[in-house]
Amino acid sequence: MAAVQGSLVESVDKKDIKTEPSEDGGGNNNNANDGKILSPSPAPTTPAEGNSTAAGTSVDQQTLLAVLQFLKKNKLSESVDILRREAGLPEDSLDSKGGDSSGEATGDAGRSADADGADASSLLSRVTVSSSAVAPAPTKAPSEDQPDVNVVLSAYSQQGDPALYEVYYKGLKKFIESVLDCHRAELSQVFYPLFVHMYLELVYNSHENEAKAFFDKFSGDQECYYEDDLRVLSSLTKKEHMRGNETLLDFRTSKFVLRISRDSYQLLKRHLQERQNNQIWNIIQEHLYIDIFDGMPRSKNQIDAMSGSLAGEAKREANKAKVYYGLLKEPEIELPLDDEDEEAENEEGKPKKKKPKKDSMGSKSKKQDPNAPSQTRIPLPELKDSDKLDKIMYMKEATKRIRLGPDNLPSICFYSFLNAYQGLTAVDFTDDSSLIAGGFADSTVRVWSVTPKKLRKVKSAADLNLIDKESDDVLERIMDEKTASESKILYGHSGPVYGISFSPDRNYLLSSSEDGTIRLWSLQTFTCLVGYKGHNYPVWDTQFSPHGYYFVSGGHDRVARLWATDHYQPLRMFSGHLADVTCTRFHPNSNYVATGSSDRTIRLWDVLSGNCVRIFTGHKGPIHALAFSPNGKFLASGATDGRVLLWDIGHGLMVGELKGHTDTIYSLKFSRDGEILASGSMDNTVRLWDAMKAFDDLETDDFTAATGYIHLQDNSQELLLGTYTSKSTTVIHLHFTRRNLLLTAGSYNP
Amino acid sequence: MADREERRFAEVSRDSVRLMAESTGVDLSDEVAALLAEDVCYRLREAAQSSSQFMRHSKRRKLTVEDLNRALRWSNVEAICGYGAPDALPFRSVKEGELFFVDDRDINLVELALATNIPKGCAETMVRVNVSYLDGKGNLELQGTVPTAVKSLSDDLLKYYQQVTRAILGEDPHLMKVALLDLQSNSKIAALLPYFVYVISGVKSVSHDLEQLNRLLHMVKSLVQNPYLYLGSYVRSLVSSVMYCILEPLAASINPLNDHWTLRDYAALLLSHIFWTHGDLVSGLYHQILLSLQKVLSDPVRPLCSHYGAVVGLHALGWKAVERVLFPHLPAYWANLQAVLDDYSVSNAQVKADGHKVYGAILVAVERLLKMKSLSQPAEGGTSGPMGSVVGDMGYKVSSPGLSPPPEPLSEAALGIASHLQAGGVGCPWEEWTPVPLPAMYCELYSFFGDSLAVRFSTGPGFGSYPPCPRVQVSDDRKEPPGLASNPDTTRKMPQLTANLNISPRQDGSPRTDAPPPSLVVPGSGRALARSSSSSTSVQRSRSSSSRLGQRSAGLSREVFPKSRFTSPQTGPPVFSFLIGGRQMGQRCQGRRPFQTTFAPTPPLPAIPPRAYAHKLPVIGRVGKPVRCWACSHYSLHLPL
Repeated sequence: MAAVQGSLVESVDKKDIKTEPSEDGGGNNNNANDGKILSPSPAPTTPAEGNSTAAGTSVDQQTLLAVLQFLKKNKLSESVDILRREAGLPEDSLDSKGGDSSGEATGDAGRSADADGADASSLLSRVTVSSSAVAPAPTKAPSEDQPDVNVVLSAYSQQGDPALYEVYYKGLKKFIESVLDCHRAELSQVFYPLFVHMYLELVYNSHENEAKAFFDKFSGDQECYYEDDLRVLSSLTKKEHMRGNETLLDFRTSKFVLRISRDSYQLLKRHLQERQNNQIWNIIQEHLYIDIFDGMPRSKNQIDAMSGSLAGEAKREANKAKVYYGLLKEPEIELPLDDEDEEAENEEGKPKKKKPKKDSMGSKSKKQDPNAPSQTRIPLPELKDSDKLDKIMYMKEATKRIRLGPDNLPSICFYSFLNAYQGLTAVDFTDDSSLIAGGFADSTVRVWSVTPKKLRKVKSAADLNLIDKESDDVLERIMDEKTASESKILYGHSGPVYGISFSPDRNYLLSSSEDGTIRLWSLQTFTCLVGYKGHNYPVWDTQFSPHGYYFVSGGHDRVARLWATDHYQPLRMFSGHLADVTCTRFHPNSNYVATGSSDRTIRLWDVLSGNCVRIFTGHKGPIHALAFSPNGKFLASGATDGRVLLWDIGHGLMVGELKGHTDTIYSLKFSRDGEILASGSMDNTVRLWDAMKAFDDLETDDFTAATGYIHLQDNSQELLLGTYTSKSTTVIHLHFTRRNLLLTAGSYNP
Repeated sequence: MADREERRFAEVSRDSVRLMAESTGVDLSDEVAALLAEDVCYRLREAAQSSSQFMRHSKRRKLTVEDLNRALRWSNVEAICGYGAPDALPFRSVKEGELFFVDDRDINLVELALATNIPKGCAETMVRVNVSYLDGKGNLELQGTVPTAVKSLSDDLLKYYQQVTRAILGEDPHLMKVALLDLQSNSKIAALLPYFVYVISGVKSVSHDLEQLNRLLHMVKSLVQNPYLYLGSYVRSLVSSVMYCILEPLAASINPLNDHWTLRDYAALLLSHIFWTHGDLVSGLYHQILLSLQKVLSDPVRPLCSHYGAVVGLHALGWKAVERVLFPHLPAYWANLQAVLDDYSVSNAQVKADGHKVYGAILVAVERLLKMKSLSQPAEGGTSGPMGSVVGDMGYKVSSPGLSPPPEPLSEAALGIASHLQAGGVGCPWEEWTPVPLPAMYCELYSFFGDSLAVRFSTGPGFGSYPPCPRVQVSDDRKEPPGLASNPDTTRKMPQLTANLNISPRQDGSPRTDAPPPSLVVPGSGRALARSSSSSTSVQRSRSSSSRLGQRSAGLSREVFPKSRFTSPQTGPPVFSFLIGGRQMGQRCQGRRPFQTTFAPTPPLPAIPPRAYAHKLPVIGRVGKPVRCWACSHYSLHLPL
């Protein structure tokens, strides 16, 4: 796991440089980085390298010391060691300078890990000036394999009397309990991160018994949705265990984000300063990011709705970027609108009749949606003739589409996988519902034809030479009738297939597997065309872009990658999640990608820039299902906590919570017109929700932009239109046909 | 907080660590063991945590060894081999030493390698679709019941199916026997059940071929008797096929030489058998069948053979079905039947023969009805009474007149049975059905059948010397002995009854239905009472709920008595009525006497004359059949005249 952690730390460090608007803040010296805050790291270079080269340029002792101090503040103790060794400096040359460890002044001035040459020198001068605040850190000899971890951990080395931790915590607790009600809920958010960091400090400094006592005493105070993390934490009682523990790394490497109103924050600050409670203040300064807003303090409900993620809530700035959530204009296609029989009727031609119709169709998409990205924002593949044909088919089907609503629920067809003893792990339908594919735990991918049309391979090269290439039915002739069968099995992976996705043109199939690869299969020859390697760890999910060509994947390495089918290396790497990327979805306009993660956040990434443009927090468990509404405005997400959350992408707000499922939600799908949201869960049920109502109600509400929070009514029961159970078949995939028939799939587990 | 305290982690103790170390020959100090134990715990939790991720992504609830191995592999730890089997490993303990271990059995590889019964691979993975919910409404067939039906047939099964159907429907009787036997005992044919049921439903297409019909019925029987088959809702289909054979005017019956009567008898038997064994699978089926039988019976257009089927069907379903359906319809039906029987024209000869068949079937049915009813009632009333002597007295009085029903004493005695019942009920609609008292019933039936009915009851005075069955006294009427003993004459006069007391509870006569159909549970229906054989005598509405309370309820019934009308007590078989009446008396003590007297003068029933005509009819020889199918004990009542 070393590689994962390494790259993670590095990328997160870059993100950390956002400073809080604290009045006492030393200096906001990292403005230069603002543009890069959310950018992924295309070429990972360890910070140690960058900094040591920068340091190497210095000549005189003074500068060297400054560099050393800078490095130290960055917890780059390895570099410190190396530099010191090379410069022949004595061990205590630094420590002599470190007087008081007030810690306050340190702020986060030096924590920038940016290795920009010019920037570094400006930083250096700054650090030298404010060098009074250096902690007398005992330098730890870093272990060979995981230098970064140790660096991270050494932050915990500064500490007070372990016996006082309880006193401190208790004092704060007492204070928060005594403040006004309106502030209490907000300030209570501090408890959890504080508790975690204090506990980790105790463990790191080998006060095992104190740590245990501390945990036992205060773990019960924490919110129930942190239970999973607390469980991990409680098993961690040795300093040796801290190294290599992923959860711990998440706590440390990412600042826990809290949103607190200015009033509440002042209250807390004043209290801590009055009490000279430096221990807690240090932790707040170093490990917490307090996002202060002006306005009413939030209520407990509001806070609970948004919290729960591994690293607190999303910063407000993170959701400020403009998102072009509109749909792309449909390409103009000469629509033979009339059906065949009608065409036969007016064979002589009534082109006049056709024209107005075409216009009426065209006018709908004529006006460019102001929220839509420009057509050429990202290069999209040209439409082929077959694609146009398919579009025409789609439009024809769409005219026969059933209008769904609360009074007109869809019929449900259940596709049961029988005899799937090897374990069904993923399912996908083609958009026209003609094929179904299943990924299995035995590494196979199986494709079935749902229609009477059998699956056929293309003839071998030798046979292809024989056919008449000029004939009209050449496409039919190239198929080998002998290979016709209802299903085909694709062999190639060496681990369970966790994600599967058809290309929109039905020519390709993608599968992602535990073996760390994504494979592209041809549905013409039923062979593997490409194996995309890059994740190196299990790839949990993959999906084709709605326009084809691109696809996205996400896996255990916490990075989501954007690929193009004709590139063997990823085009973009979306890094920022603090835990596995569990599911990935393309926005209908292909310009954005949403990823859900085990860190209980959802992120929206811009395909063009690779930036994270939205972070949604609020789930209390790993996210396993995502779905964009057909109009691109909304996102639905389902998690192991059995709740479906609805998000407004444009505003970056949570707009709904659908409670009802009792187990992990594995699939979500909007109906073709977006009126109904279907959710399928491991509790063997499919539930239908009134999406129209959920989103309509929202528009009448006014957003409280200051808090980034909208009042949520608890109206799950009103929105729930139906619950449909299967006997013992978990629902792992949902699909609306073009006529709005709901197809569900799962394996029958007797 | 409290419950978090309880949910501590499982921990590996240092002793376990030391034991493990010892087993590999390493001696650990306490300190090292403790440290190791703690580390092992932590590593285990870590592995469990990361393996649960693999479980979640595999969309399972169960963490498998496979998941753990994957987690281990990704953290560069060697995977654990040898625990991939899906079945649970037995976890054993050794008493002395408090040692727990996983049982690791030796496997004989040679045996395994040379095994002849090589397990077949699992069936092909496949996708099947079913419309689960149409327009948001549920499909009748639940998802999940489908796979059993659609489960693909392996080649073996298919072959088996072909062979068996060929054998059963083929010419070779020996082959058929073998196939039927196998069908009856094969435990692996669950997947084929729908196919067989389908084959059986083909009865409609072979109605001309008695032989084939017979074979198909045998097939039904084999399926029903197969203990490994769960028939489920297929019972309905099977029953409808059987009903077809019972009720339909089969093409085969056009030819009088064809013995379709036997087929109908057999089918009726089969029907009752399905009920007794599988009646609880489909609720309300009993009720449905009664209705359809009733419909056939009340349809005069149907040929006589259909009527015959209905009658034997009812008969096979038990005397309660007869009482419920056949008896009320009898007066109406009788007119038709009599018209047929009275027509002596040559052209009518065939129809008349059929009519005799029906007549015989009805006779057999009602006789059993009478017997079972009379038996069930004493059994219900058998709650004894302290006034056993009164019983004796009454009984003596009643029985003395012999065959000719004496108006006065009987009226008193019969009160015990009949007082709570409404009069009539003849031909009344289904819903309003009320049980007819035994005497009334007897008297009515007697009016139809005359002596051909009475003969079988043989309650003549000349047989008074018949010894009572001592066993009965012990088993059923434990509290009775004083009364019986004190009146030896009386007991001698009612040997039949006492002799059969022990049979009645068992021969309850209604099939095993889990819950009786609603209409049958209507309070006050005698059936409900009869089912709980130890319940009280009277059967009226107010008491059916408390029927189980036996003795207590006897007292309760008193309030209801004044309301009830006593209709036709005279003709009831004296033996039964007096006994019951007597017991009632005994229980009620003094309370009833004034009431009884008010009813003393009852007009004699005008039903006796038909006896003359009844003589016209010979007893049609269908006696043998029911005797064979039902326990002979029914006929212990039969004393030859």
